[in-house]
Amino acid sequence: MFDIEKIRKDFPILQKKVYGNSLIYLDNGATSQKPRAVIEKISSFYSYSNSSIHRGVHFLSEQATAEFESARNRVKEFINAEQNHEIIFTAGTTASINSVAFSFGEKYIKAGDEIILTEMEHHANIVPWQMLCDRKGCKLKIVPINDNGDLLLDGFEKMFTPKTRILAMTHVSNALGTINPVKEMIKTAHANNVPVMVDGAQSVQHGVVDVRDLDCDFFVFSGHKIYGPTGIGVLYGKEKWLEEMPPYQGGGDMIKNVTFEKTIYNDLPFKFEAGTINYVGAIGLAAALDYLSETGREEIEEYESELSGYANKRLSEVEGLKFYGTSANKISILSFLIEGIHQYDAGMIIDKLGIAVRTGTHCAQPVMDHFGIDGTIRASLAFYNTKEEIDRLYDALLKVKQMLG
Amino acid sequence: MRSMTLNEIQDEIIDDFELFDEWMDKYNYLIELGNQLEPLNPKHKNNEYLIEGCQSKVWLHAELDNGSVKFTADSDAIITKGIVALLVKVMSGRKPEEIKDADLYFIDRIGLKENLSPTRSNGLLAMMKQMKLYGLAFFVRDE
Ligand SMILES: Cc1ncc(COP(=O)(O)O)c(C=O)c1O
Repeated sequence: MFDIEKIRKDFPILQKKVYGNSLIYLDNGATSQKPRAVIEKISSFYSYSNSSIHRGVHFLSEQATAEFESARNRVKEFINAEQNHEIIFTAGTTASINSVAFSFGEKYIKAGDEIILTEMEHHANIVPWQMLCDRKGCKLKIVPINDNGDLLLDGFEKMFTPKTRILAMTHVSNALGTINPVKEMIKTAHANNVPVMVDGAQSVQHGVVDVRDLDCDFFVFSGHKIYGPTGIGVLYGKEKWLEEMPPYQGGGDMIKNVTFEKTIYNDLPFKFEAGTINYVGAIGLAAALDYLSETGREEIEEYESELSGYANKRLSEVEGLKFYGTSANKISILSFLIEGIHQYDAGMIIDKLGIAVRTGTHCAQPVMDHFGIDGTIRASLAFYNTKEEIDRLYDALLKVKQMLG
Repeated sequence: MRSMTLNEIQDEIIDDFELFDEWMDKYNYLIELGNQLEPLNPKHKNNEYLIEGCQSKVWLHAELDNGSVKFTADSDAIITKGIVALLVKVMSGRKPEEIKDADLYFIDRIGLKENLSPTRSNGLLAMMKQMKLYGLAFFVRDE
């Protein structure tokens, strides 16, 4: 049973007051709040279980290692990967993408090669590939979007040439909310012998993601956007690629044998986890995934979809409001502007009413360029938000219009 | 020459803002100030005078007129523009020396400090720095 009252009590921060109003947190696309289960897991781990992993023979170290490896198993189950060693812990989506761009790039990409991205990528999935292009002399090709914020796929298949090495694309757009048809696109890419990296930073927290069903080659996401701690992220890669690719960073734990002449890399997944990684973050992330599974991932998806429909309807009642991202296939992200009103002014007023939204380009400048705007106001909803909160956002927008219109 | 000192004007602004208990009153006042700001000559509203912020944009022009610096400015966001108007009110028409050494404490005292944090990136912090740089440049040129 999806019990919103109970769920709200699980998130201590939702009780907070901001400028005298109860906080309404609608900036979940930037980062999500943490349930008590996660906060307490981290606190109790530091209080009673902390120890370095993979390094000690002593009791605490063995226990911490076991807990960390069980977190890996938890992530594997959550995205339905085949094997634990296909799950690499990183610092976040950005770190995961940089790691793929570097390691995949080192092994397979040379001058003249092509990488396909889409027009709706977050800067995190643009810049690492540009850096690779600068290093290697390869180039980017961009799948365009239309004015609904859907990918224009008419010419997609023709973009693949014998020089195409990888397709790196977002599952869900953080600026528009569009859910891309990744599964079909992966099929097309594979038919052209091109592997695919999916940026799942905005998708895993909103619905069930099955990497084997998608058949993606890499899938990356951040812990902090899925109700887990910050500073932890996941890089899922098919074993074949991870085996072949060289590691991104060198250091302790990722090696089998080091002499000054030569280093033998460790097996997967450790080859990609140099140094003391954020094991407490991984354990906290596993607690977040447990919490989501217990709450019911399908129920969450259903609730968010209903809430998002309500928000869409309610905000359309605001005269002069224009949505950006009107795909039929969307998650609970509403990006919009009000005619004649600067998003930053609106954001400042909304803030003082206790409502957290984001304004600006959302690190997706090409999307803003497509629409010829400087930014939007973005309300990104989570399953702990309510219709009453949407009503308060609606009232806040009326206030904005009254003051600025 | 202006009759009030730079700090007297800052203190006057601080007094004005003490009338407001509510954020919305403060913002309404800033919106009003923004609307009343002496317009920037349209020929100066270009990239040469743009102070790029990621959230809002600010344009700033400065010229030396009879030994004092005249600032004109604009912003695409009206609340930002209200704060711009305050900065112009405090700084414009003063001697380069005063401008380069100005200690702008009023923003903090009227509760708008958050608008000057580097991460806000609304152009205001950069505008303040730019005003002082103009002060310094005119001061050095005049020596
Ligand atoms: C689609 C997308 N990709 C990548 C990122 C970067 O995530 P992080 O900052 O956690 O590394 C974000 C976060 O804003 C995102 O929305």
